[in-house]
Amino acid sequence: MAIWLDSSTRVVVQGLTGKEGQFHAAKCREYGTKIVAGMTPGKGGTSVDGVPVFNTVADARAATGCTASLIFVPPLAAADAILEAADAGIELIVCITEGIPARDEVIVQHARAKGARLIGPNCPGIISPGKAKLGIMPAHIHKEGSVGVVSRSGTLTYEAVDQLTKLGLGQSTCVGIGGDPVPGTSFVDVLTAFSVDPQTEAVVMIGEIGGSAEEEAAAYVKANMKKPVVAFIAGQTAPPGRRMGHAGAIISGGKGTAAEKIGALEAAGIAVAVSPAEIGITMARALGRA
Amino acid sequence: MKVHEYQAKEILARFGVAIPRGEVVTTPEGARAVAANLGGKVVVKAQVHAGGRGKAGGVKLANGPDEASDVASRILGMRLVSKQTGPEGKIVHKVLVEEALGIARELYLGVVLDRATGLPVLMASKFGGMEIEEVAAEHPEAILKEHFGPLAGLQAYQARKLGFALDLSGDTFKKFVKFVTALARAYNESDATLAEINPLLITTDGDVLALDAKMNFDDNAIARHPDIGAMRDLDEEDPLEVEASKFDLNYIKLDGTIGCMVNGAGLAMATMDIIKHAGGAPANFLDVGGGASQERVENAFRILLSDKSVKAVLINIFGGIVRCDMIASGVVAAARNLAVKVPIVVRLEGTNVEEGRRILAESGLKLQPADGMADAAAKVVAASEPGFTPGERGGAGGRGGGRVVGGPPAPRKEK
Repeated sequence: MAIWLDSSTRVVVQGLTGKEGQFHAAKCREYGTKIVAGMTPGKGGTSVDGVPVFNTVADARAATGCTASLIFVPPLAAADAILEAADAGIELIVCITEGIPARDEVIVQHARAKGARLIGPNCPGIISPGKAKLGIMPAHIHKEGSVGVVSRSGTLTYEAVDQLTKLGLGQSTCVGIGGDPVPGTSFVDVLTAFSVDPQTEAVVMIGEIGGSAEEEAAAYVKANMKKPVVAFIAGQTAPPGRRMGHAGAIISGGKGTAAEKIGALEAAGIAVAVSPAEIGITMARALGRA
Repeated sequence: MKVHEYQAKEILARFGVAIPRGEVVTTPEGARAVAANLGGKVVVKAQVHAGGRGKAGGVKLANGPDEASDVASRILGMRLVSKQTGPEGKIVHKVLVEEALGIARELYLGVVLDRATGLPVLMASKFGGMEIEEVAAEHPEAILKEHFGPLAGLQAYQARKLGFALDLSGDTFKKFVKFVTALARAYNESDATLAEINPLLITTDGDVLALDAKMNFDDNAIARHPDIGAMRDLDEEDPLEVEASKFDLNYIKLDGTIGCMVNGAGLAMATMDIIKHAGGAPANFLDVGGGASQERVENAFRILLSDKSVKAVLINIFGGIVRCDMIASGVVAAARNLAVKVPIVVRLEGTNVEEGRRILAESGLKLQPADGMADAAAKVVAASEPGFTPGERGGAGGRGGGRVVGGPPAPRKEK
């Protein structure tokens, strides 16, 4: 089953004509993703690698029936791109762009009223191994299986996935929710979807310092989740008041520390890996396979 | 991005936020002239990017121009040490000379992004002068909150609600409503991440003014505000961090001995964590980013090695889109060009990893390959210790091979 993305999902790439858009769209197609349209204002009527490009998302949708969008546009244009996709009735919007001003993201939240699901911004995207990928993650480290993965990070997610795959633990869907302060999709949103997905038997959750999304996830798991959840929190040694690369990774006013988050997760019965090298093995133990 | 108090006040004033009369100066003579111009008592305030200036002796009252000059001569050039500056303190290069006003009441106002709701929130309290975290801990009921939409902004009724709750009336009430509305607008329109007025002064004459002001801005939005970008004060930043920012590298200097170079912020934080678990201490956070080219790798290397406390380096790359062979070539070139003296442990994983490992092995350089993060951390910690010779000692290798000293590190206390 996997969640939100499978091999039948039809995708428009916003910014397909750019270098990054073209490169990653090709990789997604290689993996089996149905990239049916591109969109770049002013380049309508052209094509990239045989994929037709449209001037607007609405045109792309009318012509191709796409229901998902993958966004590679510069940071100051990204909010506009997300709003356009939502307005055109796109159901799943994945925004890879890093560096979007926080104020723009707040506006994007308001656009949720349109009923679209936004993954990101500032994220690696989503992959349902063996089915489709909508993002920039290296496909070859993944393996189809039953562990759901949700994370605020990019390469740390690859690290976790790699550990799982090497232990023979395949993945149902891996979702990078991104490192910005206000993500379009939260841990709780993803956990909720995993909890009812028949393919998903257990979930790896990778958090980091800043905000309270992990605490909210802990409360959700405690109250609702029947499947085992394993977690890792990055930034146990991060100094307070400094932004650690991700816009959202900051301990401010003494809040959002790794210790607080780990405490909340453990209190909810979640097994927390103390070292990033032990994410895979912690999951194997939770599943009784180690 | 942080700015000084005088700059924050300048920005706020553009939006109609009331501030005391005053001017920033860099010399005692300048302070004398401003004091003479203002007349009466003045306050001389050190301008550094840190709070707790008053207790640290950086804020003084002066009776007239002579005393203002005298006080300024003592504050300018001083090493101001407060709980926010750390023990090394900050040198004062500028002082703000302001009119001293009669204090009737001190209140608190602050605007931040509430991550849980995704909306800006304006907070107010009667406990002006106290840090909001302290108020939150001791009198949580005393913090009034009003969320507002970024498009519609803070509405007048919301400002009135706060004014009534703070027991303001008459002309002061009206001035307060104007003040709060202007503050919210300043936060929104300048892409701030923090706009804090602490204390908000109600004068004995019933005026409402920002006695102190602090603003931080969203780095991702500075391009929209070149005027604010021009306010960046490089004297207030770590020189290595300034250098790194020129190459779009995310570098944060820390106080350990193990230099780290990692791709991706989450993996970079996790690498710092595992070094601590293995008994070492990271010298820096450094994310070379997803598009790490050979040139980036070399610049990153140069910057992290210019930190003299670095005794060993750990390179941890998970090649996704970035290919390991390209990173390996970059590392080899950088290590040669920079004639690196300290031991280097390299952990490569992901795309084209075999080719990458071959390049490292055949380079003739003393690079220690590592298998997995735990092995890498154990090896680099061993290499950072005095008396280490490459080849004699190494990590135990494999899972659980880390020299785990004690439990997880204690979280550092907020400065």
